[in-house]
Amino acid sequence: MSSQPNNIDGANNNSTTRVITRLMFVVVGMFGFGFAMVPLYDVFCDVTGINGKTGDKVTLAENLQVDTSRLIEVEFIASLNDSMPWEFKPSQHSIKVHPGEPTRITYVAINRTDHAIVGQAVPSVAPGRAAEYFQKTECFCFTEQKLEAGEEKEMPVIFVVDPELPDDVSQLALSYTFFIKPSGASKNTASLVNNSNQEI
Amino acid sequence: MSAVIEEHHDHHDHKPSGIGRWLFSTNHKDIGTMYLWFSFVMFFIGGAMALVIRAELFQPGLQLVEPEFFNQMTTLHGLIMVFGVIMPGFVGLANWMVPMMIGAPDMALPRMNNWSFWLLPAAFGILIASLIMSLMGMGSAPNFGWTFYAPLSTTYGPASTDYFIFSVHLMGISSIMGAINIIATIMNLRAPGMSYMKMPIFVWTWFITAYLLIAVMPVLAGVVTMMLMDRNFGTSFFNAAGGGDPVMFQHVFWFFGHPEVYIMILPAFGVVSQIVPTFARKKIFGYSSMVYATASIAFLSFIVWAHHMFTTGMPVAGELFFMYATMLIAIPTGVKVFNWVSTMWRGSMTFETPMLFAIGFIFLFTIGGFTGLMMCIAPADFQYHDTYFIVAHFHYVLATGAAFSIMAAVYFWIPKWTGNMYDEKLGKLHFWMTAISANVLFFPMHFVGLAGMPRRIPDYSLQFAEFNAMASVGAFVFGFSQLIFLYNVIKTTRGGKKATDQVWDGADGLEWTLPSPAPFHSFTTPPTLK
Repeated sequence: MSSQPNNIDGANNNSTTRVITRLMFVVVGMFGFGFAMVPLYDVFCDVTGINGKTGDKVTLAENLQVDTSRLIEVEFIASLNDSMPWEFKPSQHSIKVHPGEPTRITYVAINRTDHAIVGQAVPSVAPGRAAEYFQKTECFCFTEQKLEAGEEKEMPVIFVVDPELPDDVSQLALSYTFFIKPSGASKNTASLVNNSNQEI
Repeated sequence: MSAVIEEHHDHHDHKPSGIGRWLFSTNHKDIGTMYLWFSFVMFFIGGAMALVIRAELFQPGLQLVEPEFFNQMTTLHGLIMVFGVIMPGFVGLANWMVPMMIGAPDMALPRMNNWSFWLLPAAFGILIASLIMSLMGMGSAPNFGWTFYAPLSTTYGPASTDYFIFSVHLMGISSIMGAINIIATIMNLRAPGMSYMKMPIFVWTWFITAYLLIAVMPVLAGVVTMMLMDRNFGTSFFNAAGGGDPVMFQHVFWFFGHPEVYIMILPAFGVVSQIVPTFARKKIFGYSSMVYATASIAFLSFIVWAHHMFTTGMPVAGELFFMYATMLIAIPTGVKVFNWVSTMWRGSMTFETPMLFAIGFIFLFTIGGFTGLMMCIAPADFQYHDTYFIVAHFHYVLATGAAFSIMAAVYFWIPKWTGNMYDEKLGKLHFWMTAISANVLFFPMHFVGLAGMPRRIPDYSLQFAEFNAMASVGAFVFGFSQLIFLYNVIKTTRGGKKATDQVWDGADGLEWTLPSPAPFHSFTTPPTLK
């Protein structure tokens, strides 16, 4: 802001450069922040237990007291992502358990296609606020599952309902959705979906 | 560059000639003009798409277009209106007016200014190319809505989604560079004596808008980059099978998206704050509260994004937080509306076209603001979510809000730009046609929305037929009324009654001390302020 003839190239050059440099840092920082939201989002959901995320961690159910005064009904739901050709169902529809009591149940998956498929199950618990009280000590969702052509597989889940579960919750639903593991082979399926999408 | 400027000092109004004047322009006025014409062209392209949508919705059932093409129309209409019309329109106004309002000779970074502009035709060329390919039967154009939610745009996106991603990257770079330029200009090139609290409100609103752009356009770039990687490089940001989460897309998108809606409305507030005092012949009421209100709206815009996502199954605590935070925005916005009305109170008002558009803005934007308040109430939002009520809301704030303010600004400043007065009769005709048809077009959408008509669907139940027919009639009148605007603008650039330097009776500010039309190079010597 000199009183000399205005010259955008002259006296203001330094301060302009300074402003631009600072603003560029903001731009780069915010670009990074967009990506930082990805882990932050997971951390936030884990900490607060919202989103029905049960967490992928294996918990040890050693010191849990079995609370025989309560009986919780756990229902099992199986669903498939729409590009997944398996058959997938729980061996029983529901079970009644005491909180603190480790329980083993199984799901069954059948691959009736003529080729091997790798799948990944994603768990979810409803109601969402009960998710943090539902602990799985063993689960087929911890690893990816491979089914050969025509193979049928029984897959176990061992879980414990935490006795701290709020009193007003008497029913839980555990749901698994099987996805095709996105890797090389799954590309074809994805593009098939695209094509059928366009034809509609 | 200094050599060029010195040469210009010698023969003062020398303009480069031919196409080179525009291709290589570093002049803020020429670049502003190009931005405004670009915005105008895109307005008609995006508008034509809206007319395809309204023609299809004129009657229930499927008449004119395939649902797949309908989806492409809603998507491209939204993208073009947001990124191709409103944003470049305001950047064009900033380019023309900010240096003249603060007594600067040009933008701080004239060459970057050129690049910011010329990225836009490239970006939209790519986007529109995807539609042309779709019309030629080579796959679909983007068809997932302007909000491009995953997995619609990742797993199920058509091949042209990659065109879309590249196009958004270019638009983002253009906006970021434009914003940096505006901030650098305002911080460094103000005339001596022009302190921050003496800047015209339009400059203030753009100053704050530019910061919003710098903060959120990189987040948009980030989210489309994640899409690109999910689609082509096997990552799973938004793919549950690989440990990602599609709902996270909505969080990242709306973290950009909500400040974005204020990017589109704050400069409109600035325009109206220039026009209302001029035609009320009074100083703006509550200058400093206007500035603080603008800054608080900008701040609040960062903590309300999830009010777009009330139905995604957020915990109640989250819904309450975003509900109350959103309600807070009504306070600074209310301050602004109050100040505009108070500025008019006991002013000696006249109603030339810019003032009519500004008053139309205040009235209709406030209706949009009120429906916004209805939707921020989380339990009620479950009824409104994804219905035509939402469509009505954001068209009241964007079409009769932001777009009205750009029209007001064009009528207000075109005498300064061209040296000629526009045709007042045609201007008034344009205003009344536009204002009435806009209400015929958008008001019935409230009713069908409340009754449950979903947005983005090419067919609807029979009970919505009358209101939809009304809206479609309004749409065509609205669309063709804009030809009056186009004709008036062209007529004014060609000639007409000569404008005085001050143009308007009550006009106050540095830009009105310049001759009309504003010389190619203005304020080569900084002006002195009273």
